[in-house]
Amino acid sequence: MSSITATQDQHDDHHPTGLKRWLTTTNHKDIGTLYLVFSLIMFLFGGSMALVIRAELFQPGLQLVDPGFFNQMTTMHALIMVFGAIMPAFVGLANWMVPLMVGAPDMALPRLNNWSFWILPMAFTLLGMTLLFPGGAPAAGWTMYPPLVLQTGDAFPFLIFAVHLMGISSVLGAINIIVTIMNMRAPGMGLLKMPLFVWTWLITAYLLILVMPVLAGAVTMLLTDKYFGTSFFLAAGGGDPVMFQHIFWFFGHPEVYIMILPAFGVVSQIIPTFSRKPLFGYDSMVYATASIAFLSFIVWAHHMFTVGMPLAGQLFFMFSTMLIAVPTGVKVFNWVATMWKGAMTFETPMLFALAFVFLFTIGGFSGLMLAIAPADMQYHDTYFVVAHFHYVLVPGAAFAIMAAVYYWLPKWTGHMYNEKLGKLHFWLSAISVNVTFFPQHFVGLAGMPRRIPDYATQFADFNAISSVGAFVFGFSQLLFTYIIWSCARGGQKATDQVWEGADGLEWTVPSPAPHHTFDTPPVIK
Amino acid sequence: MAQSQGYYVPHGSNWPIVGAIGLFLLMLGLSTAFNGVGVGPAVAWIGAIVVIVMIVGWFATVIRESEGGVYNQQVDRSFRMGMTWFIISEVMFFAAFFGALFYARQMAVPWLGGESNNFFTNLLLYPGYENAWPTNGPKAIGGEYQVMAALGLPAINTAILLTSGVTITIAHHALKDNNRKVLSWGLFATFFLGFLFVGLQAYEYIHAYQEMNLKLSTGIYGSTFFMLTGFHGLHVTLGATMLVVIWARCLKGHFTPTHHFGFEAVAWYWHFVDVVWLGLYIFVYWL
Repeated sequence: MSSITATQDQHDDHHPTGLKRWLTTTNHKDIGTLYLVFSLIMFLFGGSMALVIRAELFQPGLQLVDPGFFNQMTTMHALIMVFGAIMPAFVGLANWMVPLMVGAPDMALPRLNNWSFWILPMAFTLLGMTLLFPGGAPAAGWTMYPPLVLQTGDAFPFLIFAVHLMGISSVLGAINIIVTIMNMRAPGMGLLKMPLFVWTWLITAYLLILVMPVLAGAVTMLLTDKYFGTSFFLAAGGGDPVMFQHIFWFFGHPEVYIMILPAFGVVSQIIPTFSRKPLFGYDSMVYATASIAFLSFIVWAHHMFTVGMPLAGQLFFMFSTMLIAVPTGVKVFNWVATMWKGAMTFETPMLFALAFVFLFTIGGFSGLMLAIAPADMQYHDTYFVVAHFHYVLVPGAAFAIMAAVYYWLPKWTGHMYNEKLGKLHFWLSAISVNVTFFPQHFVGLAGMPRRIPDYATQFADFNAISSVGAFVFGFSQLLFTYIIWSCARGGQKATDQVWEGADGLEWTVPSPAPHHTFDTPPVIK
Repeated sequence: MAQSQGYYVPHGSNWPIVGAIGLFLLMLGLSTAFNGVGVGPAVAWIGAIVVIVMIVGWFATVIRESEGGVYNQQVDRSFRMGMTWFIISEVMFFAAFFGALFYARQMAVPWLGGESNNFFTNLLLYPGYENAWPTNGPKAIGGEYQVMAALGLPAINTAILLTSGVTITIAHHALKDNNRKVLSWGLFATFFLGFLFVGLQAYEYIHAYQEMNLKLSTGIYGSTFFMLTGFHGLHVTLGATMLVVIWARCLKGHFTPTHHFGFEAVAWYWHFVDVVWLGLYIFVYWL
């Protein structure tokens, strides 16, 4: 006993260095950095796949890649961006910021935290190596619908087990976040005093725990259908391929909120800081987040209006989906009201947060259009859907992550990033993302199907524009990478508070945040 | 025990990365095995062994720290919350398979039989097929089979699991009263009943495969039957193994009447597999 207590007292004396530090770390800041770096690598990797897709679609006809490889690219791009870039980036932000924001010495279960992270590179190694297989990578879409996905070659079990590992990682990470928030808050920090980023992550973690195991169950059924002769998705045996879609989207719809709720949290931190006003309607923000999370469980079949469903089901899922606009509208209203008569300045994080509010709202409106069951018969599986979810995921989730990185980078590194380059990155990204995705609404409404490497000539102009935008957006992210890298290496010294209007516990610790913070919990008045 | 110190934050651990590598090898081995590569099973076994070594080593560390008194009340609460949410995630895993069962029984099979707007599906694709449960589908995948009756072995198994829920509660009360003898016998009875349950399930499976022609590949009935009972059986095996560990710890004098989270976590888990079984018994065997 005494030896253990002794090592704890001397913990600052020995840090493993080099690779071992990163492999064995239990420090939330190290693990947060690992998550963020991993997600950036995956973002560039998945983004280059998007560029293969856009290069092929630059002109009608089959130009660069064969259709099979094109399908591999759409599938892998989605899997990598969803599970490898967006989700780990938010988990990384949670790792770094939640203990700092609630005044905890670390995450509640530090060893588990390390495991949650290191499972992820293993999962993506399994998934990524399939690109080298003779039959190629999975190509049936990230939604893995049977019976098509059951025709996947050698990549099939790798896909299934990679998804299992991603699920394990997410569930363990979510458990850690919930326990940290519920058990590690500094004395005096009641639930309704928590920063909104913490709140949104708490609710996101509940969603993760409730739906990732369902995805694991769904892909397990795929595995047994392919290799063990079960009939879950085989009508001849009394099963139903549509059943997979129901189970998948029961996971899938909460999943899209898993990717956006922490973004709401980030934006709710940034807008008050640069408006120099407290967040308008804090309580209603919390309730709106909880409402969105609840609604996410009863809307899943709006992804499958065209597969056949009783009329009552179509109506139910149409109206429940539209209901989501209410709490989301509350949020957008509150962000705008926060800025109202504020002393606003427009540093890079604020620019990204503002772009988020505008562009995410566009994605929300196109979502409402898609929610209308009779109209969806026309929109389903067209580029309109692609435009819709890229608006909520790229200038939505990804912009929020970028905003968060610029916002907290000085706290992480102790240096200010290069503001001029940051603004350049913002304008390049914000313009090119619209050039990329806005024309996709038009070709989609005109009937261009998604996931097809060729198209009718009347779609050529808008596709060419979209591809140009995509390449500008893609290469702008190299600038983002450079800005992060140079900020980590040096730059103007950051103050503890960093931003004039910043409020919260994370701004009370030095910049860069020392390896251990809040060993003695702060007291919140 | 020194409980005044702050929240225990471990500094560096080798077990997680060992566990991640073990999982990678396990999944790599399984994947290649499914593709018919000769070394696949060997890689999977190595991965499984690495994972088991990780679990043993990691838990040994945690038990040593716990007995060393470095965990204060707050750490204890973290463990409790963590275990609770882990069990909830397990509930959701089973929910996926129960969902498949309910969907098949309430939607898929009736529709194949022509209900709702599926009259022509039935007439043209599966003429003569009628909605009924159990079924192995309109094409009778897996051939003639017998239905697993609810009475008999499954009813005995229900009694066994429910009894084990009582014995673990007796053990828990004994632990609180510091009655170590009843504690260890209660635990022994619990895992004995657990392994007995698993043994009887294995017997039932053999009977189903050899005499009833009821297999995993027997249409949707066989699929849901074996996947639900199979995953449940795996969880009972895991839970019983955990009970053995707890029993061994009790014999070594671990746990005090007020400080025994490890015991309670396993007890919660045991009640969880118990409740899942009740769902199984009602919806898979009985109704």
